[in-house]
Amino acid sequence: MPKVTVDGQEIEVPNGATVLQACELAGKEIPRFCYHERLSIAGNCRMCLVEVKPGPPKPQASCALPAADGQEIRTDSQMVKTAREGVMEFLLINHPLDCPICDQGGECDLQDQAVAYGRGGSRYHENKRAVTEKYMGPLIKTIMTRCIHCTRCVRFSEEIAGVDEIGALYRGEDMQITTYLEHAAKHELSANVIDLCPVGALTSRPYAFEARPWELKKTLSIDVSDAVGANIRLDSRGREVMRALPRINDDVNEEWLSDKGRYMVDGLTRRRLDRVWIRKGGKLQPASWEDAFKAIAKAKAGSSIAAIAGDLVDCETMFAAKKLLGALGSTLLEGRQTGMDYPTDNLAAVNFNSTFAGIETADAILIVGSHVRWEAALVNVRLRKAVKRGAKVFVVGPRWETTYPAEFLGDDVSVLGDLPSEVAELFEKAERPAVILGAGGLAAGAFQSALSLAQGWSREGWNGFNVLHTSASRMGGLMLGYAQKGGIADVVKAEPKVVLALGADEVDWSAFGKSLKVYIGHHGDKGAHAADIILPAASYAEKDGTYVNTEGRVQFAEKAVFAPGDAREDWTILRALADALGVEVGFDSFAELQAAMIAEVPALGVEGLADIMGLSGGKLPKAKAAKAKGSIAYPVKDFYLTNPIARASAVMQRCSAELLHGEEILEAAE
Amino acid sequence: MADRSPAPDTPELRERWGSFEFSPAYKAKADTAIARYPEGRQRSAVMPLLDLAQRQVGEETNTQGWLPLPVIEYVARYLEMPVIRVLEVATFYFMYNLQPVGRFHVQVCGTTPCMLRGSDGLLETCKKRGMVKGHVSEDGLWTLTEVECLGNCATAPMVQINDDNYEDLTPERLDHVLDELAAGRQPKTGTQEPGRHTSEPVGGPTTLREMVTENHDYRGEW
Repeated sequence: MPKVTVDGQEIEVPNGATVLQACELAGKEIPRFCYHERLSIAGNCRMCLVEVKPGPPKPQASCALPAADGQEIRTDSQMVKTAREGVMEFLLINHPLDCPICDQGGECDLQDQAVAYGRGGSRYHENKRAVTEKYMGPLIKTIMTRCIHCTRCVRFSEEIAGVDEIGALYRGEDMQITTYLEHAAKHELSANVIDLCPVGALTSRPYAFEARPWELKKTLSIDVSDAVGANIRLDSRGREVMRALPRINDDVNEEWLSDKGRYMVDGLTRRRLDRVWIRKGGKLQPASWEDAFKAIAKAKAGSSIAAIAGDLVDCETMFAAKKLLGALGSTLLEGRQTGMDYPTDNLAAVNFNSTFAGIETADAILIVGSHVRWEAALVNVRLRKAVKRGAKVFVVGPRWETTYPAEFLGDDVSVLGDLPSEVAELFEKAERPAVILGAGGLAAGAFQSALSLAQGWSREGWNGFNVLHTSASRMGGLMLGYAQKGGIADVVKAEPKVVLALGADEVDWSAFGKSLKVYIGHHGDKGAHAADIILPAASYAEKDGTYVNTEGRVQFAEKAVFAPGDAREDWTILRALADALGVEVGFDSFAELQAAMIAEVPALGVEGLADIMGLSGGKLPKAKAAKAKGSIAYPVKDFYLTNPIARASAVMQRCSAELLHGEEILEAAE
Repeated sequence: MADRSPAPDTPELRERWGSFEFSPAYKAKADTAIARYPEGRQRSAVMPLLDLAQRQVGEETNTQGWLPLPVIEYVARYLEMPVIRVLEVATFYFMYNLQPVGRFHVQVCGTTPCMLRGSDGLLETCKKRGMVKGHVSEDGLWTLTEVECLGNCATAPMVQINDDNYEDLTPERLDHVLDELAAGRQPKTGTQEPGRHTSEPVGGPTTLREMVTENHDYRGEW
């Protein structure tokens, strides 16, 4: 571990650290544009210059200089100050002074660092360079004259996303960042380059000219667009969520966010259920809350009531519904809307046991029925990292475009019982073999075969059996008992008089012909279309809530804005319904509800990775002998339109039409 | 400076070059270039392959050759690399022509040493023959480009025409070279100064004169 002196302060830095990292460890701020912790080192912006002795008597780019024993680093000398001023002056030569009309204004690295490290004015009087704008798709707006050629976007798409589509063409002063022939950036993480861009060259197209960062209220939340549970920040103004940005959490999303999680927020203001509706004579009519509760009470359900949880609901909502059903004497709870019926008595068998950070260290990975890029784009990033470290990936299921070398073993799950010998041998020899069982695999009945494979490859201190869910509510639902033995078929068979649909939009409602369908949700989507009574509720942005991601990580989301119109937070609706049905649920406030939930499932009270293994007796269940057969179909048919919020979002619809279905979207005449 | 943007991606371009493939002779050369690198590192051969592709296009069109987008895409497929990475290389280096050029690509050096030695006159000579910077002349013979230093400052001024340099030029000498080329003959390449072989000083050595006939120990004279 080299010892270096930074501005007279002696510190010890880890092996392999750069001078920049050493300075940061010493608490010194080093300005930078091209350097980014998660990308390779480019060293082309020159903003991080420091003085290093021993070495040539000139400023050195600290980001690309390894820290070595005995170095004397100065970040506060006159040479460094002048060097920074010089670099900044050069960067600003061709950068337009259009901060007042630039969307990056107020959160711009160049702006901030020009103030902090630049000189008062420019000595440049010649013409500035201008660069034509480049089309990069419906999410990324480009103003390439502002580009300072840090190449972060190029490195991101090549290294992290694995989709080489952004490049730097031409050279010197003519250098331009573009995609090939200005095609749209077509992958699930494309919008992350907007966060990475240190200037206003790549900005958010849907958010263009919407708000300034200082007028936004920032709320910590959790992304519900998939089961990854990416940590996000909702920026809202007044009653509207303006945008979602990723927060840094190295265990979950690092600092990325899928395009869907980022851009479905405009769906929060469209197609909203903001009043109560009751179906009369086949048509939905506006009604009052009392009428609705009376109508539900009139059905005299008694214990013949079921609750089906949708993909986006929080644990508190599910628990409140569970309490209500419990008070009525029913346990007909189900969350797997599409009819999956895998066993859930052992939670470890339905959990992503390796964890996202852990799967990076796997050296052989078998994906069974998961289109990982679409079902969990951020897990795909981890898989790509694993492959870069030397892991081999095999996929059972229909072909999809991977961002790393992977071998497809066929569509049929029967291949699990009869793996090609070289594949089986590779897994036998692997030190950390992993199986990732996706929703497609679960639906095709591959559960037992996948489990038995994972058990055959068990290793000391390594749990390689992973289930990759597709919905944000799934793990929480399973922890709360939202599962019947036979899946949703059991609920259908019970023919409940009343079905509470908690934002359940993917259910085949035709099977519940005789039941009174009460939809408690926030969007006028498939569930609302089938409902007899609609009670408007809050979306994830409009209520506090607990979510458990597919690795069993408990995370809290906070309320960013109020629900529109008559809509109420879900738990209050269920509490009021309890009164209407004349039963006691034992909570009168959100805090009491949460306390009751934590008392029943203590794991939900602790933020962070729940001890799923410990909860389920410390080991995976023994796999039953089963010969799975049948071909796999992925549940996600359209990445951009998987949930009611995304389906209501104009941005997501446009992405789907343009990026997946190749429609030419003509720019509106400006 | 020449127009460095790739020729537009039109249906005509696709039709003309969409089916481009290396001829057997060029394929052999391409594979030799790839074989110089370890297995899996075939991308390293992108520069020689682009050059070979450009030459083959040149043979097919009887010009110096250029790189239409479908050909760039072909090279990308050949090397199993993203096409944007190939395009980056092709747009970076001036030796790759992104627009059609004539039979002879006249690259006049206009950097300081050549300019001081009269490159303006050379450009004038070219223009008199109907060449316009960045364009193919009407007869399809010439494309004129002004380039930066090509590293022949000792024999400035110079032009590069396709694979050959012509140095120590005057407008008359350049006229002669161009006449010969137009007539289908190959003029003498290199320096055009009578009595000069390469870039040695005109009129005999100016330094180390004692070394011309025999070995001489200068150390005592330092």
